[in-house]
Amino acid sequence: MTQAQLAQGNAPLLAVRDVSVVFGGIIALNGVSFDMHKGAILGLIGPNGAGKTTLFNCLSRLYQPSSGDILMEGASILTRPPHRIAEIGIGRTFQNVALFPNLSVLDNVRVGTHARTSSDIISDSLKLAWVRRTEADVNKKVHEILDYLDLNDVAHTVVSGLPFGTQKRVELARALAADPKILLLDEPAGGLNHEEVHVLGDLIRRIRDERHMTVLLVEHHMGLVMSIADHVVALNFGRKLAEGTPAQVQADPDVIKAYLGSKDQ
Amino acid sequence: MSSVDEVANEAPAVEAVPKRAMTLGYGTSLVVLALLIIGPMFVKNFIVFQMTMLLIYALAVLALNILTGGSGQFSLGQSAFYAVGAYTSAILMEHMGVNYALTLPIAGIICFGFGFLFGQPALRLSGIYLALATFALAVAMPQLLKLGFFEHWTGGVQGLVVTKPDAPFGLPISQDRWLYYFTLVVSIGIYIASVNLLKSRSGRAFMAIRDNEIAASAMGVDVALYKTLAFGVSAGITGVAGGLGAIAVQFVAPDGYTITLAISLFLGMVVGGVGWLPGSIVGSAFIIFVPNIAEHISKGLSGAVFGVLLFLVIFLVPHGARQVAIVAQQLIGKLKK
Repeated sequence: MTQAQLAQGNAPLLAVRDVSVVFGGIIALNGVSFDMHKGAILGLIGPNGAGKTTLFNCLSRLYQPSSGDILMEGASILTRPPHRIAEIGIGRTFQNVALFPNLSVLDNVRVGTHARTSSDIISDSLKLAWVRRTEADVNKKVHEILDYLDLNDVAHTVVSGLPFGTQKRVELARALAADPKILLLDEPAGGLNHEEVHVLGDLIRRIRDERHMTVLLVEHHMGLVMSIADHVVALNFGRKLAEGTPAQVQADPDVIKAYLGSKDQ
Repeated sequence: MSSVDEVANEAPAVEAVPKRAMTLGYGTSLVVLALLIIGPMFVKNFIVFQMTMLLIYALAVLALNILTGGSGQFSLGQSAFYAVGAYTSAILMEHMGVNYALTLPIAGIICFGFGFLFGQPALRLSGIYLALATFALAVAMPQLLKLGFFEHWTGGVQGLVVTKPDAPFGLPISQDRWLYYFTLVVSIGIYIASVNLLKSRSGRAFMAIRDNEIAASAMGVDVALYKTLAFGVSAGITGVAGGLGAIAVQFVAPDGYTITLAISLFLGMVVGGVGWLPGSIVGSAFIIFVPNIAEHISKGLSGAVFGVLLFLVIFLVPHGARQVAIVAQQLIGKLKK
C-alpha cells in the first residue's frame, strides 16, 4: 500500500474541528472536535443541555457554527445550504419523528430519494419516458428498503395513523432511501420500551454491516450506546468531556461526575 | 405551523384514505367525462355558456388547489393572476390579431413568470400572513389595470371587447358549443398534467414542504425553489383559465377581477375539498350556481341565503366534496358485500 492510500484509509469520513456555537450570550458548543471513521458507530452522549442536539443540527446545517469547521471527506460542509447536505451523503432522523404526516409510508420513503434523482415540472407534468423510468427505479429501491425494514404491510398507510415505533422505522427507511454514507440518528431509542430498544440496537448494527454505513448516534439511553457504539464522545456544558471506547468513557471520572454529581455537591 | 396542517391533522378519518387520494377511479372519471361531452348537445346556448364558465372556474380552483392543497401556501390573490391571463389573451387577440388558441399558452407562461416572481417575496411569509400579502395583490390589480399608462393596451376603465371565435373547418356547431368543447379539451389536458405533477417527484416535494419544511429540506428538497414553483404553476394555470374566461365572456374590464373573484375561488376550493383535484369542478359549480339558487329563494336577501347555504355546507361536510365522495365510496363498498 502506498503512503497516499494509507493516508486515505486513515482520513476520517467526517471531521468536526473546533466547532463552537453561540446563541446570544449562551455558549451552546465550545470548541468541540472529533473524527468519525468509515464503518464506525459513534455514540454521542451527555446530560440534557450538553449540546448534543446543537452539534447534530450543525451537521445537518440547521445551525451555523460561530467558529470551527465540519469536513465531510475533506471538504467543508459549512458553505452548503441545508437542502444540499443529503446529496453529499449525510442522512438523518429527527428526535421526535419528523415525517410527512399526510403522506403514505411509500411516499414518505419516496421523498427520501429526492436528493438522488432529478426532474423538472414540465417533464413531470407530461410524465415523459425518462420520468417514468426514474420513477420505476425509485419504486424498486423504495420497496427494497420497505422489505428490509419490514414495512411492507403498512406501505400504503398514511403515516399519521401509525404507532410511534413504526413511525420511527419509517423515518429510518426515508433516511436510507437517500443512500447516505453517514446516518445521523437523533435519539432513536426515545419513546421505545426495553424490548424495542434491543431490536433497534441490532437493526442499527445490521444497517452498518449490511449497508456499509457510518452511524452517529445521539442517545440518552446509555445501555444502547454502550452495547453498540465502537467509539463514544461525551459532552457536557458544550465541551467535550471524554472520548474513547465505551468502557473507557464509562470509567471516566468526569463523565461519572457529570451524570451522577460529585460527592461534595 | 400553517393552518393547513391544523386542518389536515384534525381530520384523521378523512386523511386516512390511502388509495387514489387525489383522483377519481377510472369508472367514475369516464362517467363524469361522458356527462361533460354529451351534456351540452341537448341544452340551450346559454346553459352551454354556463358550462364553459363551470370548466373555466374549475381550472382556476384546481390551480389554487395545487398551491394550497399541494404545497400548503394560501392565496387570496388568484384574481390577479386570472386578470393578467385574461388581459394577455384579450390584448394579443384584439391588438395583435393572434389566434385565440395561441394566446392561452402565452397567458400561461406570462402568469407563470408573474407567479414565480411573486412567490419570491412570499417565501418569507406563511399562513395568514401570506394570505394577506396575496390579498393586497388582488386589491391592487383592478386599479393597476385602470392606470392611464397602460390605457392604450388595456382600454382603461372601459376594458376591451373580445371577438368570439367561430368553429374551425366549417363545423356545423354554434360558437358557444365550439368554445365549450375547446375549453373541455384544454381543461382535461391541464387536469391530467396536474395529476401527473402532484404524483411525481416534484409533487411529492410540494407535499413534503406542506407537511414539514425542515424534514423536506433534510431530504434534499430545495424549499424556496419548490414553493415559488408551486406559485408559478398555480398562477400559470389560473392565467390560462383567465384567458379562456376572456374569450368566453367576450369582454375584459378591471372590475371583473376584484377580490370577490379571489374569495369565490378560495370558497370553491374549500367546498370541493382542499387537496382533492376532482373537487375543483364541484367547487366551481358551487360558486357559479349557488348564488343563483340563493337569488331564486329570496331576491332581497340573496346574500344572506347564500351565507346560510355556505354555512350548512361547511357545517355538514367540512372537508367538502371530497368527504362526500369518500362516504359514497364506503357506502358502495358496503352494498357490494
